[in-house]
Amino acid sequence: MAEIRNYTLNFGPQHPAAHGVLRLILEIDGEVIERADPHIGLLHRGTEKLVESKPYNQSIGYMDRLDYVSMMCNEHAYVMAIETMLGIKVPERAQYIRVMFDEITRILNHLMWLGTHGLDVGAMSIFLYAFREREKLIDCYEAVSGSRMHATYYRPGGVYRDLPDKMPQYLVSDFRTDKELKIMNENRQGSLLDFIADFVKEFPKSIKQYDDLLTDNRIWKQRLVNIGIVSANRAKQLGFTGPMLRGSGVAWDLRKNQPYAVYDQLEFDIPVGMTGDSYDRYLVRMEEMRQSNHIIKQCVKWLQENPGAVMSDDHKVSPPKRADMKDDMESLIHHFKLFTEGYCLPKGEIYRTVEHPKGEFGVYLISDGANKPYRVKIRAPGFAHLAAMDEMVRGHMLSDVVTIIGTQDVVFGEIDR
Amino acid sequence: MQDLKVSLIEVFSERHLVETFDELTLTVDSQDIIKTCLKLRDSFSFDTLIDLCGVDYLTYGQSDWNGNASASGFSRGRNHQGLEDRHEQRFAVVYHLLSVSKNKRIRVKSFVDEAEPIIKSVTDIWASADWYEREAFDLMGILFENHTDLRRILTDYGFKGYPLRKDFPMIGEVEMRYDEDLGRVVYEKVSIEPNINVPRVIRK
Repeated sequence: MAEIRNYTLNFGPQHPAAHGVLRLILEIDGEVIERADPHIGLLHRGTEKLVESKPYNQSIGYMDRLDYVSMMCNEHAYVMAIETMLGIKVPERAQYIRVMFDEITRILNHLMWLGTHGLDVGAMSIFLYAFREREKLIDCYEAVSGSRMHATYYRPGGVYRDLPDKMPQYLVSDFRTDKELKIMNENRQGSLLDFIADFVKEFPKSIKQYDDLLTDNRIWKQRLVNIGIVSANRAKQLGFTGPMLRGSGVAWDLRKNQPYAVYDQLEFDIPVGMTGDSYDRYLVRMEEMRQSNHIIKQCVKWLQENPGAVMSDDHKVSPPKRADMKDDMESLIHHFKLFTEGYCLPKGEIYRTVEHPKGEFGVYLISDGANKPYRVKIRAPGFAHLAAMDEMVRGHMLSDVVTIIGTQDVVFGEIDR
Repeated sequence: MQDLKVSLIEVFSERHLVETFDELTLTVDSQDIIKTCLKLRDSFSFDTLIDLCGVDYLTYGQSDWNGNASASGFSRGRNHQGLEDRHEQRFAVVYHLLSVSKNKRIRVKSFVDEAEPIIKSVTDIWASADWYEREAFDLMGILFENHTDLRRILTDYGFKGYPLRKDFPMIGEVEMRYDEDLGRVVYEKVSIEPNINVPRVIRK
């Protein structure tokens, strides 16, 4: 009989299912994975080193670029760490805006995950549907911050500016008729909040569509059920958080267990899985989108009723009004100081964390009293999840590796940092 | 959290426990790390290691206002403060633990020697420590005894040095380009100069 030996297969870093730049060295026996060794760091930009060289405010932009599909959630952890150390109070309206955008971000992230996960496993159309809704939410990002991805919208002390009264509209173009244009701009006649309120009303229908496409789909189930099972205890051992932990049946959500911002005043449920396989994690994330939708609805209602300040008036950390700077010496000095030297944090260390769409995103910040952080360690949820790749794929087939990469929802911006 | 603090004081001595910003920090000797972690996991049900990182305290409390901060930049006279709070030991390993069952957090900190930055690995206590320790080794050069696979993780294949140490320059040490004549990628000494746009200042 011929001798059969294991062979080694290089997967990625330029593979469409590698979600960026994952390189996997797979040891395969036939088509069964014996061992997987992920090689990461191909997107390492040294964020933690760069942050040490910049005043606090200038690093908010780096946070966006960590997990580049859930930008504002990253910012939230970072600004929360700074705010707690400085002891500044954030206006309630800003807190609601943050929560609303955190949840918009969660939907954005889950839509991206759903589309690409579907694409990996062979469901082409879901990708197009998911991106249809993503586009609307990305427009909200753009309306509020001027940027479609890297918003830098959260600032220590609040958010950079209040929600716009007018939603930007599509312009006349050779590529669309007046009739098409009118339909496109139909829900953009009012303010941003009106646009979001309209989205929230329509979104459950979209989720229903994804549901119809996938949940009972035979191929989808064949590819996901019983793939990558992680038990609850093992998930905790492996440092899983977020949907990965909830998929294994642990009801753990920082928004409920250690509430921050105004999550304790909002009503929402935490979905948990039963078996801890990829299909459960899919169901958990789908339900999370519905819950996020529910949270956004409550935030929109609150924000419509409660106008007010969105930024702390402590001008040591927030810029003074431009009009004040024209005739007020002190405002001018504050402005100059803030944008040149920045502000100093008291000596000490802090770890602040948020329930990021992927899990627990934490910022460990050490200050020595300077205007720049002494050390910032970013706790990326995907890092711990990817570390469990070897354990999760062992004994599965080669094609299941793709499912497991998808179900982990890895994004290399945060893993490689 | 106060209950946790009280019960922790019973087991560990009070002077090792600090509370700041509603967080508890337990400082332990690097020799005792395994003992402490086992106790925290088994008696205090800290079932998850959320994060592990290395910290380099080499320039803690120093500002840029003394000496040449950049080749052409400022060097104005301001006596630098903060030397009094220099840490005795240069490196620290920081563990962030989470108890999912009890909804508690704690930070464990352990200083290691500069000449021999070695500490026992906690991979047998929490499986998630595996990659975190590789990362701390890669970026900070801290060695973890009994770690089965202590390879570099984030930096390039064949990278030299520990980039998050404070004496590692921000611009790096080598740069890479494709050499037409040799037909391959070559590494050379960096050609750019270090530049500080905003000086580091400490105000009290």
